Amino acid sequence: MELNKLTIKEASEGLKKGEFTSVDLTKACLERIKEVDKKINAFLLVDGEGALKAAAESDKRRKEKKSLGQLDGIPYALKDVFCVEGMKTTAASKILEDFIPPYSATVYEKLRDAGAVLLGKVNTDEFTMGSSTENSAFGVTKNPWDLTRVSGGSSGGSAAAVAADECLFALGTDTGGSIRQPASFCSTVGLKVTYGLVSRYGVMSYASSFDTIGPLAKSTEDIAIILNTIAGYDEKDGTSVPYSSRESRGWRDESRSKELGSSRLARARSNNNLLPDYTKSLNKDIKEMKIGLPKEFFGKGIESEVRRVIEKAIEDLKKMGVKIEETSLPSTKYAIAIYYIIAKSEASSNLSRYDGIKYGMSAISKQPSANSKLDLRSVYTKTRGDGFGPEAKRSIMLGTYTLSAGYYDAYYKKASQVRTLIKEEYEELFKKFDLLISPVSPTPSFKIGEKIDDPLTMYLSDVLTVPINPAGIPAVSVPAGFTKDGLPVGLQIMGPMLGEPKILQLARSYEEINKWYKRKPNL
Amino acid sequence: MALSKKETKKIADLARLKLKEEELAKFADQLSGVLDNFKMLSEVNTKNTKPTSQVTGLNNICREDKKILDWKANKDIKKNREKLLMNAPKQEDGFIKVPGVFEE
Repeated sequence: MELNKLTIKEASEGLKKGEFTSVDLTKACLERIKEVDKKINAFLLVDGEGALKAAAESDKRRKEKKSLGQLDGIPYALKDVFCVEGMKTTAASKILEDFIPPYSATVYEKLRDAGAVLLGKVNTDEFTMGSSTENSAFGVTKNPWDLTRVSGGSSGGSAAAVAADECLFALGTDTGGSIRQPASFCSTVGLKVTYGLVSRYGVMSYASSFDTIGPLAKSTEDIAIILNTIAGYDEKDGTSVPYSSRESRGWRDESRSKELGSSRLARARSNNNLLPDYTKSLNKDIKEMKIGLPKEFFGKGIESEVRRVIEKAIEDLKKMGVKIEETSLPSTKYAIAIYYIIAKSEASSNLSRYDGIKYGMSAISKQPSANSKLDLRSVYTKTRGDGFGPEAKRSIMLGTYTLSAGYYDAYYKKASQVRTLIKEEYEELFKKFDLLISPVSPTPSFKIGEKIDDPLTMYLSDVLTVPINPAGIPAVSVPAGFTKDGLPVGLQIMGPMLGEPKILQLARSYEEINKWYKRKPNL
Repeated sequence: MALSKKETKKIADLARLKLKEEELAKFADQLSGVLDNFKMLSEVNTKNTKPTSQVTGLNNICREDKKILDWKANKDIKKNREKLLMNAPKQEDGFIKVPGVFEE
């Protein structure tokens, strides 16, 4: 048995029965990394020693009947924007090449406290800005299904590591598709959660009003298991949603939002989130579901093989008794523009903290004599000019422009207004439909180098994933099959705010029809 | 919406980015293309639309106003301070040291 190929569900059962230990499981992953990572370049840092130590502790707990649950002893990887105290965290940027975080991300602490075993850090586009990991300062992550192609981005390292069975699951971040698109390109399941459901504390920011954290895994069931651990209110994150089951249906209602004051926060703290058990709804019947197909997501730009795969998925779902109907989200055509205006505006502001003063790369040399001519402004400009890669620089430039005096109204404010229209269109549709489905990306994985010198084309390739983030709603990418060239294609399932249980329910029912998620790349 | 090299230089200056000549030329060209694409928003009527800057409906989120650390008694303070300073390129007496802002 190749232990590294197991799902979390299978592995946790094996651990429970004593068929193997967490050390066995962790060793299998570490060996797999040694064997294949030179081909795909998913890992930026492997902490074999730390992982084996954590695995041994997990085994000890299990022996003493003190196991912490399904994730106890399960090896995983973190995208390299999650801070882990004492472990190098680079955001795949030269500017943070040697950065050692003084504190850890909340989600890391939650996983550690659940007994999960951290194997190391995986690649991303620099500061998660990109759709291919080609913007990483440390080389592209190749697609395990075709090494001449990209793994997608920005969570390409996470998706490739899961697809190549180097770990059992990984965490990524999704600002405009950065979990869903690589999941689709690599044939893993990837969930973009409702904005505010998972704490972002200790995770490096790209665009703060879009950023979310979510899992990439080998099955929908595993996604639900991970979500059970990472979801929930965190007072360290001001955008974290105090979420109790009573509010699960409508915390965004006007009548309720008045109540969002301190009493509700206090309640969220005291009841420690009455979150749903995301594994409970997985096997519920989907027959009564009503699904919408927004026609703007099936337009001219969709490649024929992607269209064929998704149309087959729609047929499969119809056969299961789901009611499917065409619908429309007319403002979708503005999504790319509003997404990139807002994302780059927020990014330019977020990246201003990298200035060579407090941490990271710095033009201030260690030798005092060399600094005699360096004034403060030159420290800023030189550090940032040398430290950031092309896409980070482009983001800073674009965001600085759209926020600058005289242009703010035409760009940032206008985009924020159109954002309202997009959000309202989704809200209207979810009064009529339980869920919406579409392809994740108009194309399967593209060739390395194909789009990197043309940022506009790269931006436009995100057309089917970016509309979700301005609205804040959740969406999953689930493996839906392969093109005739053997490249994976993902099905996107979108739901209303906090609609994760329903999304996962449909994803689970769908993936069991053809079991595409079980197919593995030849590496 | 063609950005001139001069405008591009000004933006880089505002953003405290030192760019090489070839970067300036490349960005002027690439950003012009992207900004052109953004122009389509002008056709949308947003006269009576409020802007959305966040989607949770939460506002005025502050932690409870209570003491979380006894600064005098806490032994971790010094350790935490060292941890935070560890990444600073230059420090002196427990402070981050920076080049002067004003000329003498």
